[in-house]
Amino acid sequence: MTAQPKTLYEKIWDAHVVERRDDGTCLIWIDRHLVHEVTSPQAFEALRVAGRKVRRPDLTLAVPDHNLPTTARLDASGARLPIADPESAQQLAALERNAPEFGIRLIGATDAEQGIVHVVGPEQGFSLPGATIVCGDSHTACHGGLGALAFGIGTSEVEHVLATQTLLLKQSKTMEVRVEGQLGAGVSAKDVVLHICGVLRASGGTGYVIEYTGSAIRDLSIEGRLTISNMAIEHGARAGLIAPDDKTIAYVEGRPYAPKGADWDKAVAWWKSLASDAGATYDKVIVIDAADIQPTVTWGTSPEDTVAITGVVPAPESFADPAKQEAARKSLAYMGLEAGQKLTEVEVQNVFIGSCTNSRIEDMRAAAAIVKGRKKADNVRWAIVVPGSGLVKAQAEAEGLDKIFIEAGIEWREPGCSACLAMNPDKVPAGERCASTSNRNFVGRQGPGARTHLVSPAMAAAAAVTGRLSDARELMA
Amino acid sequence: MIPINHVAGTAIPFGAKNVDTDVIIPAHWLKTITRDGLGKGAFESLRADPDNIFDNERNKGAQILIAGDNFGCGSSREHAAWALLDMGITCVIAPSFSDIFSGNAFKNGILTVVLPQEAVDRLLDVAVDQPIDVDLETQTVTTPFQDRFSFEIDPFRKHCLLQGLDEVGLTLAREEAIVAHEAKIADDLPFLAHAG
Ligand code: SF4
Repeated sequence: MTAQPKTLYEKIWDAHVVERRDDGTCLIWIDRHLVHEVTSPQAFEALRVAGRKVRRPDLTLAVPDHNLPTTARLDASGARLPIADPESAQQLAALERNAPEFGIRLIGATDAEQGIVHVVGPEQGFSLPGATIVCGDSHTACHGGLGALAFGIGTSEVEHVLATQTLLLKQSKTMEVRVEGQLGAGVSAKDVVLHICGVLRASGGTGYVIEYTGSAIRDLSIEGRLTISNMAIEHGARAGLIAPDDKTIAYVEGRPYAPKGADWDKAVAWWKSLASDAGATYDKVIVIDAADIQPTVTWGTSPEDTVAITGVVPAPESFADPAKQEAARKSLAYMGLEAGQKLTEVEVQNVFIGSCTNSRIEDMRAAAAIVKGRKKADNVRWAIVVPGSGLVKAQAEAEGLDKIFIEAGIEWREPGCSACLAMNPDKVPAGERCASTSNRNFVGRQGPGARTHLVSPAMAAAAAVTGRLSDARELMA
Repeated sequence: MIPINHVAGTAIPFGAKNVDTDVIIPAHWLKTITRDGLGKGAFESLRADPDNIFDNERNKGAQILIAGDNFGCGSSREHAAWALLDMGITCVIAPSFSDIFSGNAFKNGILTVVLPQEAVDRLLDVAVDQPIDVDLETQTVTTPFQDRFSFEIDPFRKHCLLQGLDEVGLTLAREEAIVAHEAKIADDLPFLAHAG
């Protein structure tokens, strides 16, 4: 008898089932756990109160990122600079106290490897294909770009993983989002995922784990794949997955936490067996033609509100669903936009290049390629580039990218979540507009009243030098 | 966790769709290191309006919130559940919830009740001036007007909510199975069994 063909998701799931209960809920083993300063203090507090210990401290890695300021962290003498916001300082101090108390490895605020958890995990080889990876942050799906089953969890689940190295989960349905064909010149991974957000809408993936397949996805670099999977949550999916291939294996090899020696050979053999079997079925399949994808921007306050940069702001009446019409009206009022307005005529006062969606080295290069030899537009009040980790920063500096930004009048910062969410000093003022490479354009996400347009790094860079939303293709050499 | 069975009385007829966790508790409230006191920040942007539904005198002490489709979408912050609990909400009724939010709600002893849109619309009407009654044991929502809506709930979740059971404790009791799996991973997938 031949085995039932399985999807990538089913293979990873089956390898991690500790116990299956009658109602179908499974106790799932967790291979890797990332913690940061915002969603972990209450989990450690709960362990302490209950007198529980961390079951496998070696499988958890702690990195502060969310509310760490992105300005200099050390003074001229090398002493640590204090954090002005007392609550942020308190959360960071809690992480720095909790990690050693529970025996967990910490990449500290001033370590060379510090960065955004979802950048650091893959970069350190801590995140591996086929692994179950969790973190108290909804963009954990990011690691699915390596072919890991990765998803965000709440603080009670952080506590559960710390105490038991397992989670209670129900198996999700499977969806295949296949992007076939070749991407047009100047169309990036971010444009692909924004386009998918528009097709699937904000809740089209609810209840599913999405596997992104097709030649356009396979052709992407690992950085690009991480960008795609990062935003799986923006279509409501539990996780995103991209099958590991030779590119993935080459990416992982030699990283500090990656398997070595005999372990490595076993790992490679297993990773190669993970791709969905021919004949495996998905509960739902969506097919997208890569040729339909243009450089994309959002016009509203949901990541589903996408439009090609060559397009216009849609009229609320153009949506079939009355609830969506109402939401669109509200979005336009909040965003200060008019139906029919050309996107390329929308002026921006702020530009943010960073976040776990787009702060890897390729993103830095794509933005620098546009900025090179140009200057920040006068109407752009604030433009910052925030590398995703200290290692990305060092690499970019070695390539001279920092100078390109600085010469253009764009700030070059220390790694962290920065203006992706308004938890640290990097905020967009009320009523001002920001071209942002992050993943969420929710009301108030970048600061109360801030107006966010999600774009790719090249498009954000184009906005910085033209002062308005722009088609980056026109600025490409 | 406090056991929950019967929740009755004033229900806040909120009804908005796609309410994300940034609306439930804005990011600047996340800088706490304990779980208490977040009720003050719940729905802050909506409560900036003096006529908001949450601070309406009539809704003081309400334990039930009636929401719209896709409640709790967006960020996975569990602070959303803590904020609701801290403002006294122990039951949310909606046509659908985001997966992460309903999981977080459950883990904190908040009952999430999924009902069809028509039933939720009816409850939104009734709740304007009448109490709502939610009974977990019988899985029904009733009103003083003889409305009676049944809801589904995962039997395990129901059991835990009724008993006030803590999931970590339940899982720790499965030690034998966990040890067995840990050994199996070490044999079959040794490269995952340890990090670095
Ligand atoms: S960069 Fe933004 S989305 Fe990513 S982990 Fe930080 S806050 Fe979350």
